[in-house]
Amino acid sequence: MASTATAAGTEPVFHLEEEHAHAEGSSTMLGFWLYLMSDCLIFAMLFAAYGVLGGNYAAGPAPKDLFDLNLVAVNTAMLLFSSITYGFAMLTMDKGRVAATQAWLAVTGLFGLAFLSIELYEFAHMIHEGATPQRSAFLSSFFTLVGTHGLHVTFGIIWLVTLMVQVARFGLIEANRRRLMCLSMFWHFLDVIWIGVFTFVYLMGMLR
Amino acid sequence: MPDTLTKFIFGRLSWDSLPLHEPIVVATFIAVALGGIALLGAITYFKLWTYLWREWFTSVDHKKIGIMYMVLGLVMLLRGFSDAIMMRLQQAIAFNGSEGYLNSHHYDQIFTAHGVIMIFFVAMPFVTGLMNFVVPLQIGARDVSFPFLNNFSFWMTVGGAVLVMASLFVGEFARTGWLAYPPLSGIGYSPDVGVDYYIWALQVAGVGTTLSGINLICTIIKMRAPGMTMMRMPVFTWTSLCTNVLIVASFPVLTAVLAMLSLDRYVGTNFFTNDFGGNPMMYVNLIWIWGHPEVYILILPLFGVFSEVTSTFSGKRLFGYTSMVYATVVITILSYLVWLHHFFTMGSGASVNSFFGITTMIISIPTGAKIFNWLFTMYRGRIRFELPMMWTVAFMLTFTVGGMTGVLLAVPPADFVLHNSLFLIAHFHNVIIGGVLFGLFAGIAYWWPKAFGFKLDPFWGKVSFWCWVVGFWFAFMPLYILGLMGVTRRMRVFDDPSLQIWFVIAAFGAVLIAAGIAAFLVQIFVSIRRREALTDPTGDPWDGRTLEWSTSSPPPAYNFAFTPVVRDNDAWWDMKKAGYVRPLSGFKPIHMPSNTGTGIILAGFSVTLGFAMIWYIWWLAALSFVCLIATAIGHTFNYVRDFHIPAGEVTRTEEARTSLLAAQG
Repeated sequence: MASTATAAGTEPVFHLEEEHAHAEGSSTMLGFWLYLMSDCLIFAMLFAAYGVLGGNYAAGPAPKDLFDLNLVAVNTAMLLFSSITYGFAMLTMDKGRVAATQAWLAVTGLFGLAFLSIELYEFAHMIHEGATPQRSAFLSSFFTLVGTHGLHVTFGIIWLVTLMVQVARFGLIEANRRRLMCLSMFWHFLDVIWIGVFTFVYLMGMLR
Repeated sequence: MPDTLTKFIFGRLSWDSLPLHEPIVVATFIAVALGGIALLGAITYFKLWTYLWREWFTSVDHKKIGIMYMVLGLVMLLRGFSDAIMMRLQQAIAFNGSEGYLNSHHYDQIFTAHGVIMIFFVAMPFVTGLMNFVVPLQIGARDVSFPFLNNFSFWMTVGGAVLVMASLFVGEFARTGWLAYPPLSGIGYSPDVGVDYYIWALQVAGVGTTLSGINLICTIIKMRAPGMTMMRMPVFTWTSLCTNVLIVASFPVLTAVLAMLSLDRYVGTNFFTNDFGGNPMMYVNLIWIWGHPEVYILILPLFGVFSEVTSTFSGKRLFGYTSMVYATVVITILSYLVWLHHFFTMGSGASVNSFFGITTMIISIPTGAKIFNWLFTMYRGRIRFELPMMWTVAFMLTFTVGGMTGVLLAVPPADFVLHNSLFLIAHFHNVIIGGVLFGLFAGIAYWWPKAFGFKLDPFWGKVSFWCWVVGFWFAFMPLYILGLMGVTRRMRVFDDPSLQIWFVIAAFGAVLIAAGIAAFLVQIFVSIRRREALTDPTGDPWDGRTLEWSTSSPPPAYNFAFTPVVRDNDAWWDMKKAGYVRPLSGFKPIHMPSNTGTGIILAGFSVTLGFAMIWYIWWLAALSFVCLIATAIGHTFNYVRDFHIPAGEVTRTEEARTSLLAAQG
């Protein structure tokens, strides 16, 4: 197979002499985007289910009887603020200020917790009034869609705490910056999903 | 022990859960247990545990993971085929008042398990394994983008398979058919553990499949050798890319729909119930939005295999590379626009049915273009009818028939007659066996020498080939006829004695296929015994065209001593023609990922979680869930995940190959 004759003039190049290392984590951002899109599809299915079943009250309560838009507005504000503060955390991270990054992350986590608490309060209130997930297909799809979002926020907070520990222990090293970037995408992604929930479930629910 | 305490500890699990009243299952269990003990004993006796753990189970090497996927697929093929031949036997004898030998409780589990296993735990591992092994080699990469995730994905797939196998001996499997339509699969009609086994097996395996899809997309997008533009990628890599895009864009749908079914079963929600506003047809819609892309997930990579095989064994560049790529992409997109053809009878109206009927028929255009491309590649080629090429020709003949019956089924009025008939069964076995399975055998015969350094024995390969091909036609042509006569699927007994002869012929075909599988196993066994005679020291036994043939067989852990530079499609062919000389010095240390046991541990917790949820053992479910999360978080505290293979070791490996090649002259 090996022949000695090569074309005169330019020698063809068949391999790199130097090791061109794929930098550690060079695919991570693309991979995480793909994960987010797959997660987005799960939400798309839950939205679709809500779209199909959202009007099936089965003689039970309807959105107008259940939703308190003032509460939801406060809740939405909590989540949107948490996205802004996460943005501040990233800005301080870029400047390499560990303490400020940690502080903004903590604020973000607290906003997230506030969001979850209000959501749990809302759920508890609804269940107390007999609007349980078992009551009607509308409520099944409502609790599943909103609850899945809440579950994501919960995992986001666990992840956030983990990263705060890791930043505290190892500093803002390359790997930790990459991880903070991933969580940032995850956190903003949940914000986008929530805007969908707020619009399609709460606002349009009140218009039904 | 008080009853409540037992219930707390064991949930629904009790001695009654063991199917001791089913003699067939008991005999199978004894056989499996004895075989398992013998295997474990042998591993212990030969002190192989450390070797297996260090070199295979914890390995992040894409080649080893690929091979392990293939082993999983093969083992599960035996289980799935056992179910198949039991069904064929039952249907061949259950006439004239005979009940056959399977009661309905058992028979319904068998046809469900057959479908689930063949799709999720045979076809998927085989396809993923092939992609895992071949793609990084074809694009000149050292591994996949996320090597740890790759190992984890594999073990999650194994975890799903473990749950399905457990259902055979502990409890029961679903009796709902392979897609578990509600309301039959709801808690009201399926209160037992069968559907829960189904759900958790697929959820655990589905995590693995989705992650491996993301992994391979990133690998193909990010890790290609310099010079390999998208339109210089080998066709197998292209079809793998499209398949993995389909995986990432469809498996979350399955996850979501099964999660909703779980909520209906565990929490009592009303997604798919008949009352309180639920909508069972929504399940059917959602699951087929996953299910139709799934069949293209299975077939596309095999289209890639056929492309590689045809071009290699015709000694020609593939005819119409660009059209092949576009056909693949068009199929990828169209596969999302046809799901409703699985249930034209739902009654969605003439306009909707027409739309989906027409989109379905349109898919045959790019598929037909592919067939013509392969034919034109062969045209005036110097064809070598080695085993992979034989499978390819058998595929083209068989698959075309299956494709045409598919177009028949795409006509909504015809579908109203043929829906859920044996005609449908014959159709999809025609494309899955004739396409996916034949392609896998072609791929295995083609890349086996790359993986192990010796070819497969051609004689036993041909025996297997003829048994499979002839057996397939005997087994499924009668089903077309029966389907046209109106026989529906999943029947256990029959009244009309005139039908029996067709079922007997089909059973004969299944026996031939059994011989084909046996011959395949013999082929592997004989080939390993004769590996000295079948050895291939060159690394390029078929005069190949793509980069995987440029390295040694089996490839070293680092795949390529130097990153190749690509100037053309068929990069290796180009290198050979342009007078490539293998570099013999100047080796550098190579950066590689380290092995880790985290993947197998996480999968173990996932299986435990699934098992606990199936049997309502809530404390165990909570415990294993906490362990799962804790282990995953613990893993992220390990920042050192790579090492360098020293230049000296690379030099030694490459020098060993140099002397091997020199001995060839």
